[in-house]
Amino acid sequence: MSAPSSGAVFRGIIRRDLRLAARRRSEPLFTLGFFVVVASLFPLGLGPEPELLRRIAPGVLWVAALLASMLALGRMFAADYEDGTLEQIALAPSPLVFSVGAKIVAHWLVTGLPLVLVSPLLALQYGLPADVVAHLALSLLIGTPVLSLIGAIAAALTIGVRGAGVLVALLTLPLYVPALVFGAGAVDAKLAGLSAAPNLALLGACLALALLFSPPATATAIRISLE
Amino acid sequence: MLDANDLECLRGTRRLFAGISFALAPGECLQVHGANGSGKTSLLRILCGLSRPERGTVRWNAEPIDATGDEYRAALAFCGHANALKEDLTSIENLLASAALHGTPAAEDSARAALEAFGILHLEALPVRALSQGQKRRVALARLGLFPRRLWILDEPLAALDASAAQTLAARIDSHLAQGGLAVLTSHQPIELRAPMRSLALS
Amino acid sequence: MTNSVTHWFRYASPQSFYPLAGRMIPLFAALAAILASAGLWIAFFVAPTDAQQGESYRIIFVHVPASWMSMFLYVVMAGWAGLGLAFNTRLSAMMAHAIAPTGAMFAFLSLWTGALWGRPTWGTYWVWDARLTSELVLFFLYLGYMALHAAIDEPRRGDRASAVLALVGVINVPIIYFSVQWWNTLHQGASVSITRAPSMATTMLMGMLVMALAFWMYSIAAALARVRAIMLEREAHMQWTHQLTETAR
Repeated sequence: MSAPSSGAVFRGIIRRDLRLAARRRSEPLFTLGFFVVVASLFPLGLGPEPELLRRIAPGVLWVAALLASMLALGRMFAADYEDGTLEQIALAPSPLVFSVGAKIVAHWLVTGLPLVLVSPLLALQYGLPADVVAHLALSLLIGTPVLSLIGAIAAALTIGVRGAGVLVALLTLPLYVPALVFGAGAVDAKLAGLSAAPNLALLGACLALALLFSPPATATAIRISLE
Repeated sequence: MLDANDLECLRGTRRLFAGISFALAPGECLQVHGANGSGKTSLLRILCGLSRPERGTVRWNAEPIDATGDEYRAALAFCGHANALKEDLTSIENLLASAALHGTPAAEDSARAALEAFGILHLEALPVRALSQGQKRRVALARLGLFPRRLWILDEPLAALDASAAQTLAARIDSHLAQGGLAVLTSHQPIELRAPMRSLALS
Repeated sequence: MTNSVTHWFRYASPQSFYPLAGRMIPLFAALAAILASAGLWIAFFVAPTDAQQGESYRIIFVHVPASWMSMFLYVVMAGWAGLGLAFNTRLSAMMAHAIAPTGAMFAFLSLWTGALWGRPTWGTYWVWDARLTSELVLFFLYLGYMALHAAIDEPRRGDRASAVLALVGVINVPIIYFSVQWWNTLHQGASVSITRAPSMATTMLMGMLVMALAFWMYSIAAALARVRAIMLEREAHMQWTHQLTETAR
């Protein structure tokens, strides 16, 4: 038998999580549905005036994506914790950091990527011009992984804790502020005719930092939760 | 090969056990005895490296397990109270996922053979959700034969098993020990092994 | 060298630290009272009346030091939390928990005094300027820390989980502050800004520094008092807590 390989563990986790998501299609659809519902509520609350909607679209769509992403965090580790598979992941012969990375990647593919793909449709609902729509999708493409990475830490810290859902919200929202500011700011800038590059660059920097720091922090949090 | 030295475990403010030491050599099996709540599961989790003891060390091949980390886990197979099965996947998918998770992807044939040994091959295409408790336990234990691991740590492996499955498990543990493996287990039910079993009591 | 190191670590056990903390509290409380009196005297009698804002600006003598303290205490709290994680010492985690409520209180105080300043000066209670918004986020970080610790039943897990959170927070605070500044300059519509305070006369700066010191002394006294209460609660099963006069039955 060959020696255990970290690459096999990484791929194995992603494959397994994607297969599970395919079996229970309701879960990724909930996140998407929430995104669409929240985005549709604002015009109902504020009135359908096109100029107003266009102005608030970047912020509203970003906040809706952020909330949808946050709701999905509860499912990142909870199921594995309950049936004992999280322990097995912690006992895999590859550093927990990689396994955690795999789980976050799988989670983003299932909950974050659909938001990116559906955002253009919602942007059209808000009357955004085509190039702004493209920038919205791009900002979400860079931003939703940041949300998954930061949220993973909070999800890992609150595994099995009562009231975890609300607690995760309280823990992640302050940490989400930079991503929200830069992400919505990029689209706002484009809408105002300016370049979105500065904001997108800062968002990219957030992604780089999150990629570097979040998996180790999440792995530590999981070990603490499993003790 | 597996050495525990002066292990102590605290749960909140209660001291579950202290001063636990033993040395296990290849081919040996250790059964941990104790009343409910005496810390048997905690001890097994400490041996796995999932929990840290308040005091004391666990050594594998004379190296402390905190230091060797991945190397130790590559030699370890743990089967806890929970079956560690995904309810939405079938038995065969669970075994393959489990093998991949441990870094040694298995072929479908080996997975089938493992299920066959526990008499549940005919259920391979059913989602685990549809199986009975005893059948789920068998799938969980089928993992043990799938990829070779030197040390088996089993927490109540016989729970929910009927007599024939219990015999299959005993035979598997025996062959594992005969090949130079080690085993640590807890069991409320009596377990009949051909090899002599060492005993450790947590007061 | 080893002598002083072991001397320090002697106080790492709750049992030795308890009486030491008890002796230090009156000292810091007294310092806090003296400094606060001095600071308030400067605030009300020494600092000149502002040309534009009249007397109401004097609230910055509480608002600004409270802001400083809330940020400073978060870093200190994260430091203790980090120590507790690294060395697995119970006392470090207890100190972090003892500091948190005081830090949260200063953040809250800063927000309120900011609002009270805004009202007579610019006619509005809340201004979304960079500093107040960052302060609000910091307040949520404190609340999150306390909520996480409260939600976890097992004390050791609670200590270590909240320690990780505090460290994650402390790394994020500069990023959050920067992003809020950025956000504020993007939406430059706001014509009012509490950060555009009247230019600092030396007396004003002195007054604020004295108040900051007063708050710092108070924080130490409050944290020490709180950590003693935490020790009594957590070590209730140990012999030494039964032998104290406070807990004699």
